[in-house]
Amino acid sequence: MSMIRPDEVLETIEMIDRENLDIRTITMGISLRDCASESAEKSCTKIYDKITKLAGSLVDTATDIQTEFGIPIINKRISVTPVAMIAESSDAENYTMFAEALDRAAAETGVDFIGGFSALVHKGYTTGDHKLINSIPEALSSTKKVCSSVNIATTRAGLNMDAVAEMGRIIKDTAQRTADSGGLGCAKLVVFSNVPEDNPFMAGAFHGVGEPESVINVGISGPGVVQSAVKKVPGDDFGAVAENIKKAAFKITRIGELVAREASRRLDTRFGIVDLSLAPTPAMGDSVAHILEEMGLEKCGAPGTTAALALLNDAVKKGGAMASSYVGGLSGSFIPVSEDAGMIDAVRCGSLTIEKLEAMTCVCSVGLDMIVVPGDTSAETISGIIADEAAIGMVNNKTTAVRVIPAPGMKLGDTVEFGGLLGSGPVMKVNSFSNADFIARGGRIPAPVNGMKN
Amino acid sequence: MKSFITVIGKDTVGIIASISQILAEQNVNILDINQTVMQEMFTMIMMVDTAEPKCSFSELSEMLTEYGKNAGLSVRIQREEIFNKMHRI
Repeated sequence: MSMIRPDEVLETIEMIDRENLDIRTITMGISLRDCASESAEKSCTKIYDKITKLAGSLVDTATDIQTEFGIPIINKRISVTPVAMIAESSDAENYTMFAEALDRAAAETGVDFIGGFSALVHKGYTTGDHKLINSIPEALSSTKKVCSSVNIATTRAGLNMDAVAEMGRIIKDTAQRTADSGGLGCAKLVVFSNVPEDNPFMAGAFHGVGEPESVINVGISGPGVVQSAVKKVPGDDFGAVAENIKKAAFKITRIGELVAREASRRLDTRFGIVDLSLAPTPAMGDSVAHILEEMGLEKCGAPGTTAALALLNDAVKKGGAMASSYVGGLSGSFIPVSEDAGMIDAVRCGSLTIEKLEAMTCVCSVGLDMIVVPGDTSAETISGIIADEAAIGMVNNKTTAVRVIPAPGMKLGDTVEFGGLLGSGPVMKVNSFSNADFIARGGRIPAPVNGMKN
Repeated sequence: MKSFITVIGKDTVGIIASISQILAEQNVNILDINQTVMQEMFTMIMMVDTAEPKCSFSELSEMLTEYGKNAGLSVRIQREEIFNKMHRI
């Protein structure tokens, strides 16, 4: 291997210092399948013991890697088997105590978040799924670090409209119970279509049933690096833009691969995947919207935005796929509103609407993310937003999600401050024509014909 | 195990001497040095052998950062793998 040149050393340092390159998360996935018990109390003890044993040195290991390689590792997280599957063997009617056990384990291990207070109900509910979903509002309002997700559709199974209707009500209830923090509970709750089982990002991370006993998944980030790559080809055609993004994505993913392998070796845990997502933060120079604007749009949301995002998402995947042996999770570009300075600006100036964001989710990873809507938005309207987004995922064989916050007492023009990585969300306008009769139908929208691939 | 030390900041007398002294005290051998001064900004990249330092890697890192803080410089040490991974296939 030829000697590293000074300009290459400086390029790496500039990416970290000036362009906010970081490892967004090292997430340890832990199976809880051996933690079920007839006694809920016993099950919670098993869960706490297993998590604290396996992830006991996760935070210290991540800190060591950060020091030795000089790359910031922002979050350390844990994902677990969807709790509905474990808790349903027990005598509990309300699963909040399971969330509290997760929260204690998260506090003990020092991680930032723990995900997996989840249920997979795309084709229907088990008894445990019902209990878990009904426990979500209380669980999210009585814990700090627990994240919850519910999968309500897949391309193979169709779209569970009963769950869609219920999740509208659950989101409203969760917002009410966390009203003093602007409905913060909803920021920890995602409704998915085609949810991936190895996603390291929150709030949607859980440890899928086909996963090993434990696993290390790493999420990378670097919108600033990509923006600067686009900046280097002002006025050039899209071939040049795509080429530069690919190169940048390759470089940042290689760092993710290095950190993932190093972490899994040190923790004696299998390496799962690198999730090559562009995850923005509210910090300046860490915005996906600004990448799109760098391509020549006055504001994110202007006509051309969806095409720009399609190019970005594809080029990130192409560059990243070459840089890691195992790519997974959500892998693509995120477009959360409250977590992205450029998106917030675009909403404030009227350039970006929910409808445009919905279109954008057709060509990027995930979906309507961290969107604050007026507090008086009805449960049915939220269900309708979920149904539309899930349909996009289902028909296009991709993951989509909704993380929407009906902030109690807030109305158009207000801004909700969540703080930290969650940022601040301007309240967005929602189409308020009634869909109540549509949502009331219930049942299941059949799987699309393109799900029949055998 | 090789690492890169990078120093960026305003050029003053004795930067290399100070860093070298810290390294010698901790049994860290210097393998290569590259430095440039552009518009009074000093950039030095030093390749060192961190296989058997007297202190831990994080302590060494702290010593260098601490020196940098006092001298008004950005000083860091990083294992070479991060650069190899990013810039070599």
